[in-house]
Amino acid sequence: MDNVTRATGTVRSRRAAAVIRFGGLIGLALAVFALVLLAFGQNPLRAYADIFRATLGSPYGFSEVLVKMIPLVLTALAVAIPAKIWLINVGGEGQLFIGALFATWGALHFGSLPAWLLLPLVSLLGFLGGGLWALLSGILRAKGWASETISTLLMNYVAILLVSFFVFGPWKDPESANYPQSAPFPDAAVLPSLFESRVHLGALFAIVGLLLFYVVMSRTRWGLEMRALGINQEAARRNGISADRYILLLMFIGGGMAGLAGMGEVSAIHGQLRPSLSPGLGYTGFLISWITMGSPSGIVAAAFLISLITAGGDILQMTHRIPAAAIHILMALVLFVVLARRSGTGGKK
Amino acid sequence: MNEMLFISMLSGAILSGTPLLYATLSELIGERAGIINLGLEGVMLIGAVVGFVTTVQFGNPVPGLIAAALAGALFNMIFAFIVISRRANQLASGLALMFCGVGLSALIGAPFIGRRIEGLSQVRIPLASDLPFWGRAFFQYDILVLLAIPTAVAVWWLLFKTRWGLSVRAVGENPTAAYAAGRNPHLVQYQALLISGFLGGVAGAHLSLALAHTWAEWMTAGRGFFSVALVIFAKWHPLRAIAGALLFGGAISLQLQMQARGVPVSSFLLDMLPYGLSLAVLILWSRARRSAVPGSLGRVFQGTE
Repeated sequence: MDNVTRATGTVRSRRAAAVIRFGGLIGLALAVFALVLLAFGQNPLRAYADIFRATLGSPYGFSEVLVKMIPLVLTALAVAIPAKIWLINVGGEGQLFIGALFATWGALHFGSLPAWLLLPLVSLLGFLGGGLWALLSGILRAKGWASETISTLLMNYVAILLVSFFVFGPWKDPESANYPQSAPFPDAAVLPSLFESRVHLGALFAIVGLLLFYVVMSRTRWGLEMRALGINQEAARRNGISADRYILLLMFIGGGMAGLAGMGEVSAIHGQLRPSLSPGLGYTGFLISWITMGSPSGIVAAAFLISLITAGGDILQMTHRIPAAAIHILMALVLFVVLARRSGTGGKK
Repeated sequence: MNEMLFISMLSGAILSGTPLLYATLSELIGERAGIINLGLEGVMLIGAVVGFVTTVQFGNPVPGLIAAALAGALFNMIFAFIVISRRANQLASGLALMFCGVGLSALIGAPFIGRRIEGLSQVRIPLASDLPFWGRAFFQYDILVLLAIPTAVAVWWLLFKTRWGLSVRAVGENPTAAYAAGRNPHLVQYQALLISGFLGGVAGAHLSLALAHTWAEWMTAGRGFFSVALVIFAKWHPLRAIAGALLFGGAISLQLQMQARGVPVSSFLLDMLPYGLSLAVLILWSRARRSAVPGSLGRVFQGTE
């Protein structure tokens, strides 16, 4: 009994130390970004105050942070799932776009279906689009033809161009004079929002995805096999575990997650397909997955932090007239300090 | 008519291929030392914006070019510190560097959007530039185009004909063995990434100073990532990188030509050409690639303690 209390006590104090260290790292990143703002003639204290007020300072601001978290959790899962067997999926961005493309096709083609039928169908199409796009890279990898790192990276550009092709060409909404965008989604294909905010039902995909990921990895035979493959592929092969099958499966599921993120964005946030669908959500998801080493709770925490930062970027653009992209500096600084931290708290590698 | 087409295709390939060649050489040197840098996109953006802003301030592209190269090198040192000294994951650190470059260049360049500059002027070579056919195809370019192939040769010489180059390749192949042979892997990797950043900055500067004559957010449009694929295409060899950059520059130029001639194919589908070509080449090369890839590429040298 006494031992147990002592053990939980040390775990707790170690966790507290980790939180303090992490806070220090974030503080460092904030301080450096403050210097950057100062160098460009901005008042960093005012900027941070504005960011705080517009995000954590009000229920609406907080809900906006949650809105931004949804696609990030999904694109992080898109990376974390294949990463379990050391597949490096840098293609979340492209998978997101193809997911959105498939979802749009479904929404515009079967627009007359009732919502209870159309929404699952469109979601499924989003998953399928992202999944198949990633599966192509999975096949190349399984056949030993091309590393998935490079092929997923290159296919991001192809995917974005494909979406551009459709919204500038065959799917261009004749109603929207010069804007390259598809016709708007029918109401039945729009994911309903929750709690009178912009937080949409896509949150459910993210939560279910995280839970399934956790349960499958820690509680099932498949999880065990994947961990075996992750540790020693040769040994796993001799025990009758097929690496190729898992490569295809995990790339498909991972891509599907990113596809769901794309479906959520196009359906609930934009309401129509646009080439500006994603400001690098796939790449951000990659980083979230890597700095947390794919831990489900870590993904949630990191996605929250990054969402907070990107929401701040919109505020800085409006109130301080600096380009929205500038907030990428703060995001990069946070990632730098986390990546460069002394290993020991977050495990090795 | 056909002659004209040939000339404009060829000169287009050379022009579009030039930043690709500098960027590919940049990535190649780093990878030869065992470090894959996905942040090259960010390094190029920093080079492009610093080159542009400095050119505007001085009214002369030469200081701009120098500033771009130095800024690229300095910026790449952030990446070097994180992946070499702090032993962080190279892919993630590279993407973070890319985001940093996107943000920083947007912030620096914001007041300069819409400005046009004279930029790098064409170098006139007496006699040669006036030749009726070959003169137009080969001898009417800015200084960076003319220096591109000599730079590739210089990188080849550096990597394959000098003691330092041997160290770089040894470290990229097996840092522990290189260490045992008396080399300092971390120092060599820092040096390689310094030169790599220098070339990455030049690649970006060519985009803003010689091709676009303006600054736009994220004007590299994926050329940094592209170069990662081109390194594989070149099988990690600087001279093969020349052919690769020309071929891919040619794909870009073909696409521009077809658009200009109103060939009824969507420009977005044509834009996919270079990416599709990269993938096709990757697959074709897959057998030969294994022996060419530096042995420790992407791995972290943990030191010897």
